[in-house]
Amino acid sequence: MTVDIDKTPADTPPAGPEAIKAIPVRHYGRYVSAVVAIALLVGVVYAFSQGKINWGAIPDYFFDDRILDGVGKTLLLTVLSMVIGIVGGVMLAVMRLSKNPVTSSIAWFYIWFFRGTPVLVQLIVWFNLGLVFEYINLGPFYKDEWSDFMTPFLTALLGLGLNEAAYMAEICRAGLLSVDEGQTEASHALGMSHSKTLRRIVIPQAMRVIVPPTGNEVINMLKTTSLVSVVQYPELLRAAQDIGQTSGAPAEMLFLAAAWYLLMTSVFSIGQYYLERYYARGSSRSLPDTPFQKIKANVLSLSNRSASTGDTA
Amino acid sequence: MTAMVKAEGVHKSFGPVEVLKGIDLEVKSGEVFCLIGPSGSGKSTFLRCINHLEKINAGRLYVDGDLVGYRQKGDKLYELKDSEVAVKRRDIGMVFQRFNLFPHMTSVENVMEAPVQVKGVSRGKARERALELLDRVGLADKAGSYPSQLSGGQQQRVAIARALAMDPKLMLFDEPTSALDPELVGDVLDVMRDLAESGMTMIVVTHEMGFAREVGDSLVFLDGGVVVESGHPREVLTNPQHERTKSFLSKVL
Repeated sequence: MTVDIDKTPADTPPAGPEAIKAIPVRHYGRYVSAVVAIALLVGVVYAFSQGKINWGAIPDYFFDDRILDGVGKTLLLTVLSMVIGIVGGVMLAVMRLSKNPVTSSIAWFYIWFFRGTPVLVQLIVWFNLGLVFEYINLGPFYKDEWSDFMTPFLTALLGLGLNEAAYMAEICRAGLLSVDEGQTEASHALGMSHSKTLRRIVIPQAMRVIVPPTGNEVINMLKTTSLVSVVQYPELLRAAQDIGQTSGAPAEMLFLAAAWYLLMTSVFSIGQYYLERYYARGSSRSLPDTPFQKIKANVLSLSNRSASTGDTA
Repeated sequence: MTAMVKAEGVHKSFGPVEVLKGIDLEVKSGEVFCLIGPSGSGKSTFLRCINHLEKINAGRLYVDGDLVGYRQKGDKLYELKDSEVAVKRRDIGMVFQRFNLFPHMTSVENVMEAPVQVKGVSRGKARERALELLDRVGLADKAGSYPSQLSGGQQQRVAIARALAMDPKLMLFDEPTSALDPELVGDVLDVMRDLAESGMTMIVVTHEMGFAREVGDSLVFLDGGVVVESGHPREVLTNPQHERTKSFLSKVL
């Protein structure tokens, strides 16, 4: 480990035994790979700068009403689909872990089906169910023509939410299984019922395992919502494509959409990072550095390194 | 004195392995009943049968005159519903070898949990009682600490307070000091001694022969799933009659 040596400022003499001053190993391979990587990057940037891209169109339309409306719909769809996914996932996980063979096999079948077919196919199937059902008839409660009932929004929501539930079920199951069996026994020995044990003892402890992959799923969902442009729902990608066709800048509008997706996923990633950090409390003795602290540490070690190499040269 | 726990030919198997091969014993109300024996002898399993964490395969087990896990009508046995089993468990406190405190709750919340959730006691009253109990086990100053911030001995004393919060008529101790550093064992045994003096009926699975001799009223030596020897702790421990008891005691004493 050379870290400790690096961190000792070169100009302050150590109080104890003399610190080792050695010429560091030169990693010539690293220089070569850095040069190659930078050359490739420059090439890519150059290629794009030579393309016939009207960069000015992107800021022009960045806060266009249709784009902002698309962003709002994308966010709404992400949040609602995740709600369906999480609620459904918890139910499926509990069903799969239950001792009742009927409910556990139904849950198994659901997960098998929804995880095993592409979400794009599921979306198109939901969209086209009107070909099979003319009416929706829920007895005395609700009756309507299928095409009126199954709006693009509902299609998108069901398609994404039900698919997500299958993935969330596995995440929740892993969380529930991670809680020590002694916790359930202790709770039962105190006379607590199954459902109280689950709600008060098991689930709060399972959350630590469930939250990080769920954050991942949210980011995934945000990107997957772009698929629902195929069922005529005007979310971000569809709005960008529509503008692209009318304004004569289709590629530029795709870049614009990509920029918005990047922006939104970045915000979610930051949120996820701090949420994970929050749930790590109590389980780990020292919290991991925040990104800001990491950057600070890196910059410091860089300046120290250049100082120490300057000394030895 | 009446029998708090009565076992008649209790059998228990895990798959093909028969762990209890017909246990007959009687625990009187108010006594401290010690179960000793080599590991794998079935003493922990028997303890777990008493509050129905394990189902017995044959025989009869009674707690305070009622069958454990079943209801008898005529000569037919009916399994109890989970909710009925839960009601029976309220009266039986259990202390585990590995404490099993709820790590996401503070000490006082651990002790309050069952009275509030199971008995519907108000949070204020439950907290008051919980603080009393924590004081009784010598941990009044640790009420706000999480289990991870406590030593093993402190965790086990919180666990005892948690069990006592339900006002049980019977306390089960499953090797309560086996996971503790030697220097912490004394604190837990002191709490148990106090509890015994207050007249609580206690069944203690233990390797602490000193505690058994001093505090115990009855002692049973279990080996291979059967009762090998029983009697007053002082007699059994100082003057064992059976060959297997003698060889076991020569190793642990």
